[in-house]
Amino acid sequence: MTLNNIKPGSECFIKKLTSSGRLGQRLVDMGVYPGLRLKVIRNAPLEDPMEIELDGHYLTLRHEEAKFVEVQE
Amino acid sequence: MIKKKKILVALAGQPNCGKSTVFNALTGASQHVANYPGVTVEKMTGSYRDHGRKIEVVDLPGTYSLTSYSLEERVSRDFLIQENSSVVINVVDASNLKRNLYLTFQLLEMEMPLVLDLNMMDVAERRNIHIDVKELSKQLGIPVIPTAIKTGRGKKKLIKAVTAASGFGLHSGLHLEQPFKLILVDYGPMEPFLERIQVKLSKEIELDKNYPLRWLSVKLMEGDSEAQNLISKNCPEPDEILKFVEKQRDTFEAKYDEAPDRYVAFRRYQRAETIIKSCVRTTTASSTTLSDKADKLICNRYLGPLILIGIIYLLYYLSIVQGYNITNYTWPILAKIRSLTESILPNPGFIEEPLIRSLSLWFVDSINALLNYIPIFFILFALIAILEDSGYMPRMAFILDRLFQRFGLHGQSTLAMVLGGIYLGGCAVPGVMATKAIPDERSRLATILIIPLLNCLAKVPLYVLLINIYFSEHKGVAMFFIATISLLIALPAAKILTLTLLRNKETAPFIMELPPYHIPTIQGVLGRAVERVWLFIKKIITIVAVIAVLIFVLLQFPGLNLERQAHYTKEKEQEISKFYNRITETQYAEQLRGENLMALILYWDKYKNARMMATNQKLVKKLKEKFEKENPLFFKIVQPKKDKDAKKTNKAFRKLFKARKKILRELRKEKIDNSFLGRLGRDMEPFTKWAGFNWRINVSLLSAFAAKESSVATLGVLYQQEEEGENLEKRMKKGEADFTSLHALALMLFMVLYPPCIATTIMVKLQTGSFKWMFFSMIYPITLGLIAASLIFTGGKALGLNGLQAMAAFYALALLTTIATGFINNKEII
Repeated sequence: MTLNNIKPGSECFIKKLTSSGRLGQRLVDMGVYPGLRLKVIRNAPLEDPMEIELDGHYLTLRHEEAKFVEVQE
Repeated sequence: MIKKKKILVALAGQPNCGKSTVFNALTGASQHVANYPGVTVEKMTGSYRDHGRKIEVVDLPGTYSLTSYSLEERVSRDFLIQENSSVVINVVDASNLKRNLYLTFQLLEMEMPLVLDLNMMDVAERRNIHIDVKELSKQLGIPVIPTAIKTGRGKKKLIKAVTAASGFGLHSGLHLEQPFKLILVDYGPMEPFLERIQVKLSKEIELDKNYPLRWLSVKLMEGDSEAQNLISKNCPEPDEILKFVEKQRDTFEAKYDEAPDRYVAFRRYQRAETIIKSCVRTTTASSTTLSDKADKLICNRYLGPLILIGIIYLLYYLSIVQGYNITNYTWPILAKIRSLTESILPNPGFIEEPLIRSLSLWFVDSINALLNYIPIFFILFALIAILEDSGYMPRMAFILDRLFQRFGLHGQSTLAMVLGGIYLGGCAVPGVMATKAIPDERSRLATILIIPLLNCLAKVPLYVLLINIYFSEHKGVAMFFIATISLLIALPAAKILTLTLLRNKETAPFIMELPPYHIPTIQGVLGRAVERVWLFIKKIITIVAVIAVLIFVLLQFPGLNLERQAHYTKEKEQEISKFYNRITETQYAEQLRGENLMALILYWDKYKNARMMATNQKLVKKLKEKFEKENPLFFKIVQPKKDKDAKKTNKAFRKLFKARKKILRELRKEKIDNSFLGRLGRDMEPFTKWAGFNWRINVSLLSAFAAKESSVATLGVLYQQEEEGENLEKRMKKGEADFTSLHALALMLFMVLYPPCIATTIMVKLQTGSFKWMFFSMIYPITLGLIAASLIFTGGKALGLNGLQAMAAFYALALLTTIATGFINNKEII
């Protein structure tokens, strides 16, 4: 399952990042890495992008980008 | 002995850690903005004094990491490696220590003399996060100073620690002898790989001298392109090394099923976690913060967009509307500068104007036209600073990204487009300036290129003029059309540019932080507003001055031939002799001979202008006394009272004055007709006739290039006044008897698509860093504008549409194009 499928309000664990280039690096740099627990807070008024919380901080990313984050509920 | 050497301090840290607050607190008002060489990233520098020693501070861009993927990160990295700063202050957010340490490790690996500023301690305490500062300092091997700079806490200690770490202070013991021997992050199974690379690198003398090899080895292992460049530049046989590194990377990946760059990052976080475990204690589970609660409203599905519109409206209202009101108070100051200039310049003759006079006044007028905007800019920049500091900007992007992304733009384009004039009345200069915040290069360029298509304030006078003449019965509809059509053209234009010219430009992931809200500080906001206004004045005014002179030359030369000059001189002489004939029997006839006549004309002019400025009876009385004292004879003629002779002279003089004005107007018009720009306007007629523009319109459009307000001013000269008090609307209607609403529509549309003014063009150059894009930003709107105007005019004529029908047809077409282009998929390169 990938992050873009997680509904607002649910939590999950990050399993793997499947983008090797720029996006993967950016995700890691912003604190998204395997083993962490995250919570999907909400989707934007026009559905995309989404807001997540992890480690006490909040990030927003597009669903396109969330596809590259494998998660487990 | 203490050497009085200048100390260079770099401020590094992740975004939202309060780094700019630290910078402001340290440097106060002594700040400068410049760009890093060759790139468009802003470089903030400032300085402070400690024990008489000057300490220079450079505020590096806030970055999460130091890879070579983003421009800001590359810039920070290059600065750290090349500039040899004495100390680097790493500002970290105490309430978000883990992620912040991720950057700290990278700085330590670069073997920077580091001082850790554990900032925002107050926030951490509020969230019940307790940090053992001593233990943290021990684990990291560097001084750690807890601060809450916003409240002033810890500032003195930080300054002391920086001086100490720079090696000049009394407490340099804080600075560990050889902290870099300490291997901070253990990369576990990757260590043997790193070891092999480092051994290989240590044989390269150039590298060993200039770069920390452990850092370079890690970077090479990560596959960092800039590190590879360093090898290519510094080693005699780079290929051999790079091949070796590549083999190490491949072997690692095959053996551990993990990309080396990802693995490096994981190990850093793991290390951060172990440090946190030993130094940080959180007593109660974090409850929802105030920011969370605020976001429930601000990012709400229904309320969010409404709040956004409210904020945009407020921004527009305060800066454009209220700022414009302030110009009512500042304009007299500028007008005074003009009259002061006028007073030191040589006087004009009856029809002759000294070149130095007309050039100087033109110059002052051009500069004043821009300086007039300064109140607007100041309010705008202050409000932007508030938006930036409060943390609302990322929310704005969050709400609107979906919409803009469809057109190749970015959530962060919102602010730039609002400033540029998303409805009516903005300004492209701050709009283009605000694109700096857009991290995605492709979206940023697309935004820069479409901002001039939006409706800036200076386009409005022409719209108003044309709508009043040709759409007087449908003013509301026409105004709505013009206000919204610009967006319907700009969005598809952005999409088409994205799909074509900008296709291969660098894109960046959207992912960004939604930081907690902050209350901006007055000092921070005002400081930035002043700094940016000053930057605007410096960069823009100088170049505008040069271009203004150029346009002056194009409008004034080659001037009239001898025959025409003689014609006007004859007219002048006729009028003057008519005047003398009229007053020949009065007692003033003799007194007004020769030079006195011209003196009276100037006196009359001066009196008339001064009288217009005098608003109450008291002032008028004072004015009259002043003028009477200056020249009792002239004053009698200006204010004849019961003196019959004076009355007669006054009447005759009025006629002469009016006749002179008429001659001057004709002369000016002929000069423009005959000027280089006038000829160009004629030469362009074959191309512009499809759009319905004749040469007069062409000239007014050409003159608008310096500043768009000029278009209406030039038309004012071209359609001359025949009867006193006729406004431009009547004159234009008379002057272009065969003009229809279709002509007007085509012209308005061309104005929508008019190329950016000089000030904006310069800003485009600054923000794109390239002349190529600057020229493109001028050429493509002209092309687009001519096509659209021709489509309206020639197409509308062929179909027999009137202006209103053509307007509706074009609007429908633009709307369809917008929707259609919105559905084309961008190919995202991830």
